[in-house]
Amino acid sequence: MNEPNTDVIQGTLDLLILKTLSLEPLHGFGIARRIEEVSRGVFKVNAGSLLVALKRLERAGSLDAEWRESPNARRAKYYTLTRSGRRQLEAEAADWKRRSGAVGRLLSTEG
Amino acid sequence: MAFLRPMMRGLAALLRRGVTERDERDEVRHYLEEAARVYEGRGLSREDAHAAAVRDAGNVTVVHEQVRTAGWEHGMETLMGDVHYAMRRLRHSPGFTLTSVITIALGIGASTAVFSAIKPVLLEPLPFPHASRLVTVSDVNAADAPLPVTLGGYTELRARSHSFEASAVGDAWQPSVTGNGDPERLIGQRITTDYFQVFGVAPTVGRGFTPGDDQPDAPRVVILSDRLARRRFGDARSVLGRTIDLNGDPYTVVGVMPPSFVNVVAPAAEVWAPLRERATGDFATRMWGHHYQMIARLAATSTVASARRELLAIGHTPIPTFARPPWASMERGELVRSMQDDVTGPVRPSLYAIIGAVLLLLVIAAVNVTNLLIARGAQRRAEFAMRVALGAGRGRLVRQLLTESVVLAIIGGALGFGVAAFGVQGLLAISPPGLPRIEAVRIDARVFLFALALTTLVGLIVGLIPAISATRADSSAGLQQAARRHAPGRASSRSALVVAEVALAVVLLVSAGLLYRSVRRLIAVPPGFDPSHVVTMQVVAAGHAFSSDAVRLQFFNDALDAARHVPGVVSAAFTSQLPLSGDDDGYGYEVQSIPASANGAGGSAVRYAVTPDYFATMHIALRAGRLIDRSDRVGGTEAIVINESMAQRLFGNKDPIGQRMRFGPENGSQHAWDYIVGVVGDVKHSSLAEAAPDAFYVASGQWDWVDNVQTLVVRTTGDPAALVPALKRAIWSINANQPIERERTMASFVSASEGSRRFALIVIETFAIVAFVLAAVGLYGVVSGGVIERLREIGIRSALGASPAEIVRAVVRRSLLLSGGGSLIGIVAAIAATRLLDSMLFGISHTDLATYAGVAALLVAMAVIAAWAPARRAAGVDPTTALRAE
Repeated sequence: MNEPNTDVIQGTLDLLILKTLSLEPLHGFGIARRIEEVSRGVFKVNAGSLLVALKRLERAGSLDAEWRESPNARRAKYYTLTRSGRRQLEAEAADWKRRSGAVGRLLSTEG
Repeated sequence: MAFLRPMMRGLAALLRRGVTERDERDEVRHYLEEAARVYEGRGLSREDAHAAAVRDAGNVTVVHEQVRTAGWEHGMETLMGDVHYAMRRLRHSPGFTLTSVITIALGIGASTAVFSAIKPVLLEPLPFPHASRLVTVSDVNAADAPLPVTLGGYTELRARSHSFEASAVGDAWQPSVTGNGDPERLIGQRITTDYFQVFGVAPTVGRGFTPGDDQPDAPRVVILSDRLARRRFGDARSVLGRTIDLNGDPYTVVGVMPPSFVNVVAPAAEVWAPLRERATGDFATRMWGHHYQMIARLAATSTVASARRELLAIGHTPIPTFARPPWASMERGELVRSMQDDVTGPVRPSLYAIIGAVLLLLVIAAVNVTNLLIARGAQRRAEFAMRVALGAGRGRLVRQLLTESVVLAIIGGALGFGVAAFGVQGLLAISPPGLPRIEAVRIDARVFLFALALTTLVGLIVGLIPAISATRADSSAGLQQAARRHAPGRASSRSALVVAEVALAVVLLVSAGLLYRSVRRLIAVPPGFDPSHVVTMQVVAAGHAFSSDAVRLQFFNDALDAARHVPGVVSAAFTSQLPLSGDDDGYGYEVQSIPASANGAGGSAVRYAVTPDYFATMHIALRAGRLIDRSDRVGGTEAIVINESMAQRLFGNKDPIGQRMRFGPENGSQHAWDYIVGVVGDVKHSSLAEAAPDAFYVASGQWDWVDNVQTLVVRTTGDPAALVPALKRAIWSINANQPIERERTMASFVSASEGSRRFALIVIETFAIVAFVLAAVGLYGVVSGGVIERLREIGIRSALGASPAEIVRAVVRRSLLLSGGGSLIGIVAAIAATRLLDSMLFGISHTDLATYAGVAALLVAMAVIAAWAPARRAAGVDPTTALRAE
């Protein structure tokens, strides 16, 4: 294990995407990059998983998508959080905090 | 609704697959470009940056595939792919596809047509609210056969019984309508005022009858069927309140029944008037005749059985308030039957036989297609083995094969639905006259669902065995076998299937044969008269102008004279009813010399009130005494001619001539006795298959009344049907206002009287022929497949000196063995199965040797014919080519 594990914790990709999009609409690579930057490289997002997750969230109505010109004049698919996506984000974030708090407390218990 | 959005988007993606795929590709490409730009920004060359981005993303194709296959519609895409592939494979072997599709279409088409015909009779309740509580009630005659009730009997039952929530009677009524077009005799009923309440149906327009409507001095009112209202008076609304002329009396239309209403116990009725008569203590009236059809609705607490018990108890305990004549004593109880059974009972045996036949046909069709698929699977083993070697799972292959068979079934089913649409028309065209609920036979949503379900089922069943067997062996064996095209296990399962197919076909052939021979025998039964060159028609004398017996008698005599003068007429006569026509008019009798309680006395006999030439016209044989002749006039001593079997039963060896009898209304009264003057041969009355009932003949003028509807029978020199127009003109020259109905030849009555047997015969015969052809095709397939598989062996044998004749014999022997095995099993099965046909057979038993022998001979012929071409091919095999071909 000379390289650190950069996999996204299972089940949290949706949360990360929703949170990222809650700040501003982004295209696929933009989301991946933002997650990497904000997590300071702890998480590297796999392209396939990300695009599949986006398709699923769009289908479920958490995201809206539209094709726009990107700043460098390419056609890019931009994702926006919908109202139901925002509700989902709140619920998942609260859930995550509750659970990670519990994990944190367990780890900080002196043995 | 959480599933709705993904579903709609999936659908949209499916419908716009091109656009969706392009978008997905664009998104992936854009992702990679952006990633590459980041690397470029870090100072990498364009190519290196791109390579790095691709490395990060992993396999680009996999990413594509991941995105593409996310979402439910992907499963559909695989299915479409399978269907597409299946279609392509099927197109590549048109012979196989055509044979299978036609076979399936025949099986599904026949089944669907039969289903839609039997559905209203066997599967659907009658179209009334709580129809299961509707019953019919009949008197029971000495032979335990049902008999319509008398109005007197009904009055007593209605007053004393508690089993029914409502009950009513109807009496046949055939008024002539005049004005508004040609004179026409309508078919209708006089009914008690609560008749329609029993059914739970009310007129859609206007009102039903009310209790006051049946008073003798109440205004005359009628209710019409929707069909009659439309046919003769425009429509239901405009006829309401109008006055129409029935039998010369004005009637006010007070209601029109709903278009969907059919009185199932009198399906032809389309006009109803209140029954105004009341039964009195005077037994010598119509009201004490057995001609009232009783219907009732069971009370919530009653069942058919409890009602029967109650009516039997009432029958056994007469009370003074309700006097009963001997012929309506009700001492044998009453027959209470569910209306459904009463209406559909007579045709059930033939319908069950037809259902059995169509199921056999369907199974034969399925077996045939299964066999074809197995053979095809054998040819495609190399293909399957290759696909397995390339990584296709067995489940995937089975799925592919099942898709193929279901696609076949669906094409066949679609075609079959068309076959069914024609088939139903055909069934209706040949249906027997009495087929109940015929108005409800149609192709509707349920029939469609039935066909669809059947199609899917057939597709899966015929595909399953071949799919499993084709994918069974491991791939290396398959690849090796592919070179040899020889699969012994499969050949034996094909043989087993073809044996089964032949066996099933034998059952159908035997059934058809038995019915055919029965109908042949029935037609050969002498009806007691000679139907050839005889034409008949009903002539009506209705209305006030004909209210007296004398006027009616005069009219019929004049009409008869006019008819006699039509060129081509040999002789002509009138009769009150016609044998084998469905007419049924019987009366109780008493014999002076035999006490009413004695065995065989107190029966009932059908009445023919005839003009003197009736016997000569119909060729009815005189056995003793004399016929009715011109000396038997109005007011003279009543002369009676009875039939042979009645004379034999009543008088045995004594001379019947001069014996005295009384009939119907004369019974028990002070009426003078009638004298028997002659005995004639028996005449079949209701069916050729049944013994002739007791019958008596009386001169039209001497009976208690002159019938207002009589049937003219005319013997002609040439084609009898051709004389109809001239005869009608002749009668109308006497009175142009009188309807003439039911113009038919006597021969057509005779053949129609066996309608339900003929119906079953035609249908089962058709199925048997199809089954025979399918079995022959199946046998041919297996035998010729066997020859191809054994080309090498045949080559060796002929190289070793076997003569072509020996090889032909070997091939034919194999075909004979297969069909012989199938025949044996089939004959055993047929002996068991045709027991169900017993009630439809006539003059032969279901084990009739000649039929079985005939079928066996047919199958030997089939085996030889099926083997002919393969045997010729085998005999023509050149040893060197056969050996080199491997």
